[in-house]
Amino acid sequence: MDTRGILIAGVGGQGIILASDILCRAIMTAGLDVKKSEVHGMAQRGGCVTSHVRYGKKVYSPIARKNDVDVLVSFEKMETLRYLDFIKPEGTIIINTEELYPPAVNLGDAAYPEDAIESVRQMFGTVKVVDAPTLAAQAGNFRAVNTVLLGALSSCLSLPLAIWEAALRKAFSPKLLEANLKAFHLGRAV
Amino acid sequence: MKELLSGNEAIARGAYECGARFAAGYPGTPSTEIMEAFATYAGVYAEWAPNEKVALEVGIGAALAGAKAMVVMKHVGVNVAADPLFTVSYTGISGALVVISADDPSLHSSQNEQDNRNYAKFAKIPMLEPSDSQEAKEFIKLAFAISKRFDTPVFLRSTTRVSHSKSVVTLETPQPVEDRTALCFDAEKYVMVPSNARKRRVEVEKRMRRLEEFAEGFPENRMEINDPEIGIITSGMPYNYAKDVFRNYSYLKLGMVHPLPVGLIRKFASRVKKLYVLEELDPFIEEQVRALGIEATGKAVFPYTNEFNPDIVHRAITGCREDLRTLSARPLPPRPPNLCPGCPHRGIFYVLGRLKAFVSGDIGCYTLAYMKPLEGIHSCICMGASVGMAHGMSKALGKKGKGKVVGVIGDSTFLHSGITPLLNMAYNRSDAVIVICDNLTTAMTGLQEHPATGFTLQGEKAMGVDLPELVRALGIESVRLVDPHDLKTTGAVLKEELAKPGPSVVIARRACVLFKREKSAPEKPLRVDPEKCTGCRVCLRLGCPPISWKTTVAAAGEDRGGKKGKKRQGIAVIDRNRCNGCGLCRQLCKFGAITEVK
Ligand SMILES: Cc1ncc(C[n+]2csc(CCOP(=O)(O)OP(=O)(O)O)c2C)c(N)n1
Repeated sequence: MDTRGILIAGVGGQGIILASDILCRAIMTAGLDVKKSEVHGMAQRGGCVTSHVRYGKKVYSPIARKNDVDVLVSFEKMETLRYLDFIKPEGTIIINTEELYPPAVNLGDAAYPEDAIESVRQMFGTVKVVDAPTLAAQAGNFRAVNTVLLGALSSCLSLPLAIWEAALRKAFSPKLLEANLKAFHLGRAV
Repeated sequence: MKELLSGNEAIARGAYECGARFAAGYPGTPSTEIMEAFATYAGVYAEWAPNEKVALEVGIGAALAGAKAMVVMKHVGVNVAADPLFTVSYTGISGALVVISADDPSLHSSQNEQDNRNYAKFAKIPMLEPSDSQEAKEFIKLAFAISKRFDTPVFLRSTTRVSHSKSVVTLETPQPVEDRTALCFDAEKYVMVPSNARKRRVEVEKRMRRLEEFAEGFPENRMEINDPEIGIITSGMPYNYAKDVFRNYSYLKLGMVHPLPVGLIRKFASRVKKLYVLEELDPFIEEQVRALGIEATGKAVFPYTNEFNPDIVHRAITGCREDLRTLSARPLPPRPPNLCPGCPHRGIFYVLGRLKAFVSGDIGCYTLAYMKPLEGIHSCICMGASVGMAHGMSKALGKKGKGKVVGVIGDSTFLHSGITPLLNMAYNRSDAVIVICDNLTTAMTGLQEHPATGFTLQGEKAMGVDLPELVRALGIESVRLVDPHDLKTTGAVLKEELAKPGPSVVIARRACVLFKREKSAPEKPLRVDPEKCTGCRVCLRLGCPPISWKTTVAAAGEDRGGKKGKKRQGIAVIDRNRCNGCGLCRQLCKFGAITEVK
């Protein structure tokens, strides 16, 4: 099996790093080699955040090449457009409908791209649009946006459900677990 | 047992497995999590020192007493620690001492991109460089072993990609710890007066020769001979990038980057047709390879700046761009990191902006205030520099600078390296004003404790230095404490202090919004009443993430309601899910348009 790649992208504070930690734990439990890479430090300060995850029999680079990623999970609508070059032409794109305005948009100096989803649809065959904030609220925790999107990702991968659930159990305290399991399943059903 | 660990967690684990129980450091991305992870192991002593020089001196002391000590810092931290570093290379140690330098190619969170391999050569200290988490765990053990065997401090160099990527690591049972600590008197070796240091100087050279020999047989300097057409000498993360794209080329993977195994390099060069040296930043290995008279291609094709990735390596070696689909061509608004909603720093910089002073800034979250719309910082060089620079500027400007020069520094940064320059301001009677942005934590690097927080790295209660008293003790007579969320008072106090002769310090104190310990119940989020908003944009000058500008229909010519006589182009809106209700915008709104969400 060749090395496969997943790219999770979004904005600092959205729980991207936790989502990719859970993903990697699931992959590792399935017996595969896995590496992931993100740059943090200022992650909570609202800047761009990406997490590269690569897995297979033996993985060398923790970051993907251009045109090399199988699935992009974009936690913020506009951010999707920043990373399209990383995706294989036949790759899958999962987009959260949430919009978070960067400073230049807030100040009225730049426009927020309105057509992100449509333009991605024109370029890629498999595009899954997820209203993660609504589903997270439905699951009982509006912060569980990351778990909803992880659920949406899970239906694109062939890992057994039990492995996912075990990874979620390990990641969340009993208090948060129930809402997050629910969020995961709501995302998985999209 | 297998575990998914970051390079930093793996370093901590490796140190623990091989019996190290002593560590000191100062936070700094990408090194911070090494100390945080190490501190969680049972039976260890781990401390945040106020700065890297102190951390290294603490480590040296422990190692002279026979301990296995680890000292942890980011690349620029080694600059701060350089003074003891160059001389502990002469003395050696009695136990073992490993200094971790976490470099940051691409300056992901740093003010420069220095290549600390140069320090290894400069200070004549061996350096190991792992390429993933498994190696990080193994190499720290090897570093301790080399330190002990050769009576030398040893560097372990990581980079952001190694420190912050995670990969699978096989855990081992920690070795039982033997207590080898004791008082060790050996003045000739440890008192570096010229007569003794001259003798040690000779020992350093002897040690380097022995280490050069050792490097030849060091198993982590390894040859992988495959296709002899192309051979690549590399180390650290770039090895993975190259293996990812060129599985079949031949490699000389160096686990030790100083000193280099000259014989092994010659042998490898003779077995491949075309030789590349693949290294991020400086041509550190390349220059040494060329000095051997070996022809090699390095910086002729690989960049000097920024970290690499598999695409860069591929393009440089094949010399051609692949036929890649490019889709992200359209320009997108950038998304830089920003001060959080409710951040206590925002108020200070808003007020300073109104005063039109030159703000000599420092390093921390507050540096983000240099951006639009606050544009509240006008220089930033290194930790602690704000104070000395403000003083120098104010002295150089004389009367012209009166009331116009402010230095701004965070609480952690002040304790790191702001005390001495403030003492200097008092001593040499400065006219500048220093603002200490005291958010009660080291926020930028992820909320670490420091000597004023009242807690240690390991979570124990500690003395917390009283900042106003400390500042007074340095000889500053005018010391004021303000709440930066009270814009009016903060502004008035700053004006008063700027008008006074002599140095003064304003401490702007309010806990960081991410701070766990003092988290109060969140304030109610705020909203903008669209009927009352006149579109004056004053609230937007705060640069608060939840406040955005919305163009209204009025812009197209049909004004409906709102303030009469003024053509509204739009209104401000607040994203209630992100607003934390700090109320700065409400203080600024002259029209009472900002109210609590009902
Ligand atoms: C010599 C050196 N060590 C460490 C760092 C990393 N670093 C940057 S700012 C900072 C401290 C920030 O804390 P503080 O001054 O309290 O400001 P805050 O981020 O809390 O606003 C640290 C540790 C550095 N840039 N240089």
